[in-house]
Order: sequence, then structure tokens, then C-alpha cells
Amino acid sequence: MKSQESHPSALVDFLFQLADDELMVGHRNSEWLGVAPDIEEDVAFSSIAQDEIGHATFYYNLLEELHVAPSDVLAFERDSRSRRNARLVEAENGDWAGTIARHYFYDLFEQVRLSAILHSSYEPLAMGASKIIREERYHLLHMETWFKRLASGGEESRGKLLTAVDAIWGSLDDLFSLGEYAVTLVEAGIISKNAEQMRDEWISLLQPTFDEIGFCLPRIPMMSDGGRVGEHTVPLINLLDTMSEVYRLQPGAKW
Amino acid sequence: MEKDTLYSDEALTSALMRALHDVKDPEIPAVSISELGMVYRVTVANGYGKVELLPTFVGCPALELIRNRVLASVRGLDGLVGIDVEFVMTKPWSSDRITPEGIRKLREFGIAAPLSNVKHRVAPPCPYCGAADTEIENLFGPTACRAIFYCKNCCQPFEGMKVV
Repeated sequence: MKSQESHPSALVDFLFQLADDELMVGHRNSEWLGVAPDIEEDVAFSSIAQDEIGHATFYYNLLEELHVAPSDVLAFERDSRSRRNARLVEAENGDWAGTIARHYFYDLFEQVRLSAILHSSYEPLAMGASKIIREERYHLLHMETWFKRLASGGEESRGKLLTAVDAIWGSLDDLFSLGEYAVTLVEAGIISKNAEQMRDEWISLLQPTFDEIGFCLPRIPMMSDGGRVGEHTVPLINLLDTMSEVYRLQPGAKW
Repeated sequence: MEKDTLYSDEALTSALMRALHDVKDPEIPAVSISELGMVYRVTVANGYGKVELLPTFVGCPALELIRNRVLASVRGLDGLVGIDVEFVMTKPWSSDRITPEGIRKLREFGIAAPLSNVKHRVAPPCPYCGAADTEIENLFGPTACRAIFYCKNCCQPFEGMKVV
């Protein structure tokens, strides 16, 4: 990531945040294929995985156009230290309640972040965001429906959802971070909101759902840069191993 | 020298547009990509054609198939020197772009047309019996652009284009 003129570091770093988030959550979605609780969810999670990986491809293609590297190399050959996704999306799926809660939190964040780049000074990103946000609304609707359904589904499902929310909450610390170039990104108008503004907007979107189902909104953990500066957890290393297994057999192979 | 009007850029543009009317969607063979509103712009300059298409969904896996179909459909067009097919991400496709003819053909194929100006949670009328008494079965369907609904009148599940 050199050559400041052709691809400014701040923009490249931010595109990696967007791309890596979508690729990791898309891969986690694909792990439900064939083992989701019912056939509708097999269909839904395959479709959502396809959407997310499509969005990741869009962002990696922007990086390729900025002459960073070919998109397949960016998707499959970077180790965990160079990944810029939030730790929330690299964590293992856990049970169904954990999957739904994580995805719901992430989809709400996606609405906040995408709306903050709809008028990005980097025009290709703004235009892509206006297309992607329309698709993401379906993911959010689906996850919100499930989140409320689990909360009102009976003692067991409500209990599992509460446990999942508690467990996931601690890993929200780096979700809103804009990483190493946070100040530049906002100053250059690549994104219109900073981490604190995105966090507050996210809370204001989540609050009505928690009120409706009678959940108490815990305090958001202290913010950190975590995954946005390459500090990841073991599940990401395992995920990358699995995801790139076939790719590594013969890099550059055409399918 | 005057160019032969038969092969003028204007005539070639019209010929390209006509050819695109016969390029069927790989997943829904009843409708063409023109009827689905995927054709954004067709231009010809000095005999070189450019077809700009709007993917319905960013991650649509059928894009390369569609590109190859377009190339195959215009190959051999008299006067065309070259052709370029591009997918445009700078303008979002919307279900409002589907033409009235496209909507009719989708319905005949058993796929409900997207309702315009509605929230995502409203189910369209049944494409088989026309009843309005329908419900959402799954917001996600066999392809990214389709959802699954259920008709309470004829007791059948059916597919519909997502509203985007």
C-alpha cells in the first residue's frame, strides 16, 4: 500500500474495512448452508451470503481499479494481520440465536455506515453504496423479524437470545472504529460520520427494538480500533484457512 | 466519403437494441434483459458498439452468462466492427425499470411483478389466480432478485420480484 497519489492510504484502508466485513460475514452465512433450522433459512442464508460476497467483490474491484492488487489476491491471499474487518463478523456463528443477533447488529451498522457514504467524495463508492443499501434493507428486515421472533418465542428461545446478546455485546468495541485514518476519512469527505456519530445513530436505531421486546440496552463497550488495525482473534485465522483452502491448491486457476 | 446509411452508427444502435430484445434472462427464460430494464445505454461510435447493462443485484452470479449471451446475439451484425459489454454499478437498477411487457411475461411465467411504491413487507397479488389475499413466505428466494410468497386463495406458493 504505497504510492500515495494513485491510491491514498486512507481510502484504501477504508475500502478494506468494507470489503473484509462483507467477505467475512458472507463466509459465516455460507456455513449455515444445509444445516439451518429450516429450508426457508437455508434459502435465505445462501441468498444473503451471495449478496454479501457480491458486495465484497464490488469493494475489492474498486481496490483493483486503484491498482492495489487483483481482487482475488485481495480476497484470498491476505493474512489476518492485514485484514480490516471488525471482530464482530469474524466470530464463529454459535447457535441460531447468536447468528441472528450478530447479523442483526451488523445489518443495523450497515445501514448507518452505508448512509454515511451515500454522498462520499469518492464517487464510485457513493454510487455503489446507493445500490447496496437497497439490498441490505432486506437483510435487516429479515434479521429484525427473527430477532423479535426469538425474543417472544418462549422461555428457551428468549433465554438463548439474551445469552447471545450478552456474549456478542463485548465484541462491539471496534465495530464503529474507522481505523488508522479515521480523521482523514471524515475530513476528506469519504465518509460523513465519525465513529461516535455512527455508534450513537446505531444505538438510536436499536433502542426501539429493545424497548419493544423488553430488553435492557447495555452500555456500549469502550471503543477500540481492534480489527480495524489488524488485531484479530483466532476464529479469523481459522476462517481464512478454510476459505482459501481450494484457492491455495492452485493460485490463479480458472474455474 | 458518405457512410452507407445502412451501417450508420444510428442504424447500428437500433439494430443492437433489437438484438437485446432477444437476449433472455438466464434464470427467467420468459423475459429479455431489455424487458427487465437491465439495458442502461447502447451507443455506437464509428462502428464500435457499447452496451451498458445494470445488474439487478450487485452479487448476481449470472452476469458473465448474460455478457456472453449479449456477445453471441450481436456477433455477425452487419457493419458492427466491435462490441463491448459493460456492467454499470454507478446507477442502481430498480424494479420500477421492468417494462409493462416484462411484467406481463413474468406473470405468465408464474412470477409476480414487484409492486411499486410499497414497503418491503407487502405481498403482491397471486400471479396464478390474481387474488390479493397473499402473504410473505420468505424474503429470499431462488435468486437474489426474487422472494417467495403464498396465495391463501389457491393455496400455492409463488415467486415474486423483490421491490428494490
